[in-house]
Amino acid sequence: MWGILGRRAVDGGFSASSLRRMRSGLVSARSYAAGSKEMTVRDALNSAIDEEMSADPKVFVMGEEVGQYQGAYKITKGLLEKYGPERVYDTPITEAGFTGIGVGAAYAGLKPVVEFMTFNFSMQAIDHIINSAAKSNYMSAGQINVPIVFRGPNGAAAGVGAQHSQCYAAWYASVPGLKVLAPYSAEDARGLLKAAIRDPDPVVFLENELLYGESFPISEEALDSSFCLPIGKAKIEREGKDVTITTFSKMVGFALKAAEKLAEEGISAEVINLRSIRPLDRATINASVRKTSRLVTVEEGFPQHGVCAEICASVVEESFSYLDAPVERIAGADVPMPYAANLERLALPQVEDIVRAAKRACFRSK
Amino acid sequence: MATSFSATLPLHGSQENRLLLPPIRLAPPPSSFLGFTRSLTIPSSRRLYHAHAARRSPVVGVQEVVKEKKVTNSLLITKEEGLVLYEDMILGRSFEDMCAQMYYRGKMFGFVHLYNGQEAVSTGFIKLLTQSDSVVSTYRDHVHALSKGVSARAVMSELFGKVTGCCRGQGGSMHMFSKEHNMLGGFAFIGEGIPVATGAAFTSKYKREVLKQDCEDVTVAFFGDGTCNNGQFYECLNMAALYKLPIIFVVENNLWAIGMSHLRSTSDPEIWKKGPAFGMPGVHVDGMDVLKVREVAKEAVTRARRGEGPTLVECETYRFRGHSLADPDELRDAAEKAKYAARDPITALKKYLVENKLASEGELKTIEKKIDELVEEAVEFADASPQPGRSQLLENVFADPKGFGIGPDGRYRCEDPKFTQGTAQV
Repeated sequence: MWGILGRRAVDGGFSASSLRRMRSGLVSARSYAAGSKEMTVRDALNSAIDEEMSADPKVFVMGEEVGQYQGAYKITKGLLEKYGPERVYDTPITEAGFTGIGVGAAYAGLKPVVEFMTFNFSMQAIDHIINSAAKSNYMSAGQINVPIVFRGPNGAAAGVGAQHSQCYAAWYASVPGLKVLAPYSAEDARGLLKAAIRDPDPVVFLENELLYGESFPISEEALDSSFCLPIGKAKIEREGKDVTITTFSKMVGFALKAAEKLAEEGISAEVINLRSIRPLDRATINASVRKTSRLVTVEEGFPQHGVCAEICASVVEESFSYLDAPVERIAGADVPMPYAANLERLALPQVEDIVRAAKRACFRSK
Repeated sequence: MATSFSATLPLHGSQENRLLLPPIRLAPPPSSFLGFTRSLTIPSSRRLYHAHAARRSPVVGVQEVVKEKKVTNSLLITKEEGLVLYEDMILGRSFEDMCAQMYYRGKMFGFVHLYNGQEAVSTGFIKLLTQSDSVVSTYRDHVHALSKGVSARAVMSELFGKVTGCCRGQGGSMHMFSKEHNMLGGFAFIGEGIPVATGAAFTSKYKREVLKQDCEDVTVAFFGDGTCNNGQFYECLNMAALYKLPIIFVVENNLWAIGMSHLRSTSDPEIWKKGPAFGMPGVHVDGMDVLKVREVAKEAVTRARRGEGPTLVECETYRFRGHSLADPDELRDAAEKAKYAARDPITALKKYLVENKLASEGELKTIEKKIDELVEEAVEFADASPQPGRSQLLENVFADPKGFGIGPDGRYRCEDPKFTQGTAQV
């Protein structure tokens, strides 16, 4: 109880200044502040692939509409003109076939970047991602490694229906031998994609269609062509001390907005951007939970056996005695994605849901 | 139980029946060639097909070229070549027989699929390849690995699950990989190896055209009749022909997919026909005769090396044993088995070598003895080898071991000393 009283007093004292800090941070994060560069996620991904292709002639791009169409979501815009048809392949609609060809090329020493128009289509090729890519280094006892990247938009877009909206993070992250990355900002996109292309193992790179057009500030360091982010390290987007919110991809934006709303009510939330789903940065998550004693995990995908379930299990196993409240899970609704706009809103986590869960965790639910 | 349909189609006999077919380039050859022929009523769609063939860009039928060549030579092989082929087939047969023995003694476990009877296909193709050419196979891959050059010791140890195996005991019977010999697996899912092989062929072409390296490597993909109904097969036929990849698709048509007869599961059982549909030559060859297979293979490999693209070769062959050692093999007709046993490829080659004075019985017996000793020695070696250590459990999941992420102490898990001892929590 003293802890809560103490926190209220401390929060009362800090909230005003922290709000001021947040507001000024908000301004520089979202508008054209003088001197700071901004980049969309789309441009970040495009520049990352471009730089890696020019640095290493073994890197090539393969997928549907990546060449002449400039990319279904324009991520590979300009690459065909720059590198030619021998390095940017427009494939027929044969996911299993071209994914397997990519894996075979990786076996033989090339570095393919295979694009799935959405990860929903990767289900037609999942045998190759898991059985011939993820497991090969192990089955061959290290003789054959597979330096391939499978990338594409993942999760829900806007009104695209059940078969185009599933989040595959949990499925791929459960497979040993794969690395699964989920960027949020432009810096994440650049750094993680470059790391993925350079990585000697198969990487599943889960982007988000709705983030492609969003602009983020980007530092000079991130624009350097040798910029890379480490795989397996989460980022603390916002520091806090009352409750830990872990999430990835589009939900990071929602969590940050929720954190601002919570800050108005005196709850200081720490937002962790996972960045890497496999390997999961359990160390950062647990250290944060041990600091705040409360956990809210957020994801867009289906709740059962999801990424949140894994995080909750990990925290309960490793930091049980530090928890002051049951762990809270916010995930998509346990239904195939409906089409109607209002139902879709209900099926996906919203900022209010995250705020409500955080308050529940802090024993202040309304 | 064989259907009545299979009784009317004389798929395994009648060497002398001619095909009722005009000499289209892409069709199987007339019976003067050593290839297999059978009688069929030709549906009227053939005429349409004929028109298509004329319109399409000239895809040279393999048989035409081989037929011409054959006229000038009287013998198909030299003595050295003959002995190499014989030794390779004997190795395949002895090894597989020994596998069966070891399985029943409990030394080998899990799924074991034996290749007895199909040796002509493996030997016929793989003995024409260089070390840098790649081979991709299915779960019936022991003999492909042996033909490609992986030592009998390494394969036997792998089957016993010992650390001296070609994959240190981590792959097993169905996953034979060897980077040194470019044996790219060993895949349990049927059809899985075909796109991977196509990718390896893609790499050859990429190396030549983009990386400007001297690369003439070809890839040979082996798979069965059941696989030819799988979507990936067609996807790869399309792309291999589209990109003109240096690959040879070899169908080991042994007429049975576990207990499913090829005729019961396929609308058009003539698999070679599916090649021309995608713009590549489709060849049918008698897979019980290593010399015929070798002739067809020579042309297909040369085509691929010259950059003329893929070939689909259907080898009609037969497996003398069941699908795997766990298969009771009750559905196959005893008469059918006897018919093919009479066409044993090893006996046929022996007869050829002896009759054409290429080798004496004594020389062949010496080879057989040598191989027997080799296989025995492989078993002893495998028996004496240790099992993998505990620490091997977590090894090789990633090429970059940092892929296990960061441990609770904030350092990379792979740097934890307990990790290499196999006691770390992951």
